[in-house]
Amino acid sequence: MTDKRTAQKTAQKTAHKPVFDYAPAPESKAIVDIKASYGLFINGEFTSGSSKNAFKTINPATEEVLAEITEASGADIDTAVKAARRTHSRVWGRMPGKERAKYLYRIARIIQERGRELAVLETIDNGKPIKESRDVDVPIAAAYFFYYAGWADKLEYSGYGSQSLGVAAQVIPWNFPLLMLSWKIAPALAAGNTVVLKPAETTSLTALLFAEICQQADLPPGVVNIVTGAGETGRSLVGHEDVDKIAFTGSTDVGRSIARTVAGSNKKVTLELGGKAANIVFDDAPMDQAIEGIVNGIFFNQGHVCCAGSRLLVQENVADEVLERLKRRMSTLRVGDPLDKNTDVGAINSAEQLGRIRELSAIGEEEGAGRWSPTCELPDNGFWFPPTLFTGVTQAHRIAREEIFGPVLSVLTFRTPAEAVEKANNTPYGLSAGIWTDKGSRILWMANQLRAGVVWANTFNKFDPTSPFGGYKESGYGREGGRHGLEAYLKGTN
Amino acid sequence: MLVRVTSTPTATFDDITSSNSSLRRFLHGLPGVDQVGAEARAASLGTRSIKTSAKEYAIDLAIRMVDLTTLEGADTAGKVRALANKAIRPDPADSSCPSAAAVCVYPDMVGVAKETLGDSGVKVAAVATAFPSGRAARDIKLADTHDAVEAGADEIDMVIDRGAFLSGRYLDVHDEIRAVKQACTRPDGTSAHLKVIFETGELATYDNVRRASWLAMMAGGHFIKTSTGKVQPAATLPVTMIMLEAVRDFREATGQMVGVKPAGGIRSAKDAIKYLVTVNEVAGPDWLDPDWFRFGASSLLNDLLMQRTKMTTGRYSGPDYFTLD
Repeated sequence: MTDKRTAQKTAQKTAHKPVFDYAPAPESKAIVDIKASYGLFINGEFTSGSSKNAFKTINPATEEVLAEITEASGADIDTAVKAARRTHSRVWGRMPGKERAKYLYRIARIIQERGRELAVLETIDNGKPIKESRDVDVPIAAAYFFYYAGWADKLEYSGYGSQSLGVAAQVIPWNFPLLMLSWKIAPALAAGNTVVLKPAETTSLTALLFAEICQQADLPPGVVNIVTGAGETGRSLVGHEDVDKIAFTGSTDVGRSIARTVAGSNKKVTLELGGKAANIVFDDAPMDQAIEGIVNGIFFNQGHVCCAGSRLLVQENVADEVLERLKRRMSTLRVGDPLDKNTDVGAINSAEQLGRIRELSAIGEEEGAGRWSPTCELPDNGFWFPPTLFTGVTQAHRIAREEIFGPVLSVLTFRTPAEAVEKANNTPYGLSAGIWTDKGSRILWMANQLRAGVVWANTFNKFDPTSPFGGYKESGYGREGGRHGLEAYLKGTN
Repeated sequence: MLVRVTSTPTATFDDITSSNSSLRRFLHGLPGVDQVGAEARAASLGTRSIKTSAKEYAIDLAIRMVDLTTLEGADTAGKVRALANKAIRPDPADSSCPSAAAVCVYPDMVGVAKETLGDSGVKVAAVATAFPSGRAARDIKLADTHDAVEAGADEIDMVIDRGAFLSGRYLDVHDEIRAVKQACTRPDGTSAHLKVIFETGELATYDNVRRASWLAMMAGGHFIKTSTGKVQPAATLPVTMIMLEAVRDFREATGQMVGVKPAGGIRSAKDAIKYLVTVNEVAGPDWLDPDWFRFGASSLLNDLLMQRTKMTTGRYSGPDYFTLD
C-alpha cells in the first residue's frame, strides 16, 4: 500500500463526508493542428485573398488567440462566386445525382472519421462543452450529409423538381458552426448547387477544417467555397448580383436587412432567425423528465440556441414544486472548462454576447423579476455566465420578450391550456415550442394552436436530418432538413 | 404533485393504505415516467468521465457497497465460507482494501456465513419469502423470514408478490411487506433490516417501478432492490435511477431515508461507477454510503479489485491474481 493512499484514507476518515468530486477529465488538444493564419478557400484552394485585412479568433474559455483569419473583400467574394458559377455550369450542375451522392457520402464518412478532431476544434473555438460537440454537433453534422446524399439521385421524387438553382450564398452563425454548415451545404450540394459560405467571424475554424475535408474527398474545385469575415463580408456576399439563392441563419435584424437587400430580385431566400420559445409544463407532466427538458431546453449550448426554450410556462398549481426541482437540478450543472468531459455548461462565445446577456439580465432585475443562480465558481479568464433563472416574470417584462441567447430562463405561469397557448403565441417570434404532459390528446390540440415551426412533445432540442426545421413570423421563413429542405435549393416543377 | 406529508420522521400513511382503492389512487396519482426521456437521462449520466482520484474513491466505495452473493441450488457450507472470507478480505494481497458490505445467501446458509464472518463488520443478508418467485402462502414466507432472522441474519431481502402487484392488489403487497417487516423483529426488540425486491424485469414499466418504490417505502422497507438476479433484465441504470428519484422524493416528503440496491447484471467497475455517478447526481451524496446504497453482485468484486490494483500499481494483473470464490 502506498503512502499516498494511506494519507487519502486518513483524510477520508477524518472528513465528515467525503464528496464524490469528479477529477478533471480533459479531452486532449493534441489531435488538432491549428495554423497561425488561415486564408480563404476558393476554387478548391486556400488563397491569401486580395485584402490585407485579418482578424483574430480566440478561445472564449481562455481568451487565448488561436489564429489569424483573413477578412474576405468584395473582390474575393466576386472571385469565389465566379468559381462557384463556373463549377456549377461546367461540372457540378451537370453531374448525375448518383455521382454527386458519392462525394456527399465520402464527406459524411470523413466527418465521422475525423469526428474527434472536429469536436475538439469546435469546442476550442466556440466554447461549447466537448460532450456536446462530440455527442451532438459532429454526429448530427455527419447525419445531414448522409441523409442528403441519399436524396441526390432521387430529386425527381422530392416534389420540387430536380433542377438546381445555381450558386447559393450561405451565411451561418457562431452557435453551431459545423452543424449549421452541414444544414446549409448538404442539401445545396445534393440538389446540384455550388456554394459560397461565410462562417461567423468568431467561429471560422471548423469551416476551414471542413474545406480541408472537401479537398480530402476530392470534391471538384469550386463546389464549396469558404470565405471568412464579419458583417461587411456577409453583406457583399448576399448582395452579390450573381448568386441565385441566399440562406441565412442568425439574428432577426440581419435577416431583415437581407430581405430588404434582395427584395425585387430573383434571388430565393430562406431565413432562420431568432426565437423566444415557450416550454410549457402541465401539472400532469412526467415531472423528472420535464425538469431535464427544461434544463436541456435553455442550458444546452449555454442557451446559444435559436430554438432554446427560454420562456418556461408552468401551470400555476405545480409552479413551486417545479421551481424547487429545477433549482436542485441546476445546482448539479457543472460549469467550466469546455474541454473537460464532465462539463455541462461551457463558455459564452464572445465578450460582445456576454455583454448582451449581462445587460438583459440586469434589466430583468430592474424590472422586478427574481434572479437566481446556483453557486458556481466561474473561471477568471474567458467569458462566463452562470445558469440563471428569473421568477415572477410576466409578458410585460423585456426578458420575456427579447431573445437573450444565453443561459437565462424566464419563468412564467399559466392556469389553463388556453392561457398557455395565448402566452406562448404572444411573441413576435415563432420558431419552436415544447409541451410536457402525459395526455396525448392535449399534445395534439396544443400543437395545432401553437404558432411555431417546431413543436416538441415531452422532449426538447431534438434535431434530425429527416425532420424539417424553420420558423413562423419573425423567426424567418423556409425550412431546412427533410424533404422540405430541398425546396430551397430546387427550381420547382413549374 | 407528490404527496406532502407534513409530519416528520414517524410519518404514517394510514389514510392512503386504508383501502386498496385509496392506495391505488395514490400510486396512480404519482407523476408518470417518460421512458424515452428517462433512458436518455440515464445514458447521459453514464457518459461522465471518472478519472484518477475520483476513480480511486469510487472503486473503494463500490467495494464497500458490494453484497457478495451466492444464490445457487448447489451452494454448500464450503462455498459460503469461501465467499464470506472473500467478503472480509477481498484482496488478501492488500490490507488497505476495504471489506464488502455483506454476504447474501439463502436462509439455510445464514448460520455458516455468520460463523465465518464473526465480528468482522460484514453483514449477513438472507433472501427470504419463497425467493425468487415469491409464490407461496404468506405464513410460509413469514416462517422463512423468522428462520433466517433466528439464524442470525442482519438483513432480509424479500421479494414482493408480483402477481398481486400486476393485478392491482396493491394493498396485499403492502400488507405482506409490513408482515415480513414484523417478522424481522428479534426477541430482544431489535430488528433485521428489510430490503424489498421488486423484480423490475417482471414489472416491465418505469411507472410500475416508481409505484412499487412508493409502495415499499410506505410499508416500511429499509431498502428497495431491483431484482433477484434470476430474471432478465435484472438491474439497469434507468430502473435504478427511477428508484433513486423515488427515495429522494420520499425523503423530501417524509424526512425518512430509504436505501437502494441494484442487483444482477452489474459486472464491471466501469458500470458500477456509472451507478455511483447516478446516485451522486440524482439522489445526492448522502446516499453514497453502504448504509444507503448496495450492489447485489458476485463477479463485480473481482473487476473492482483488478481496477484497484491497476490504480495503485499502474499495471493490470491477470485474473489468476484475484481469488475465485
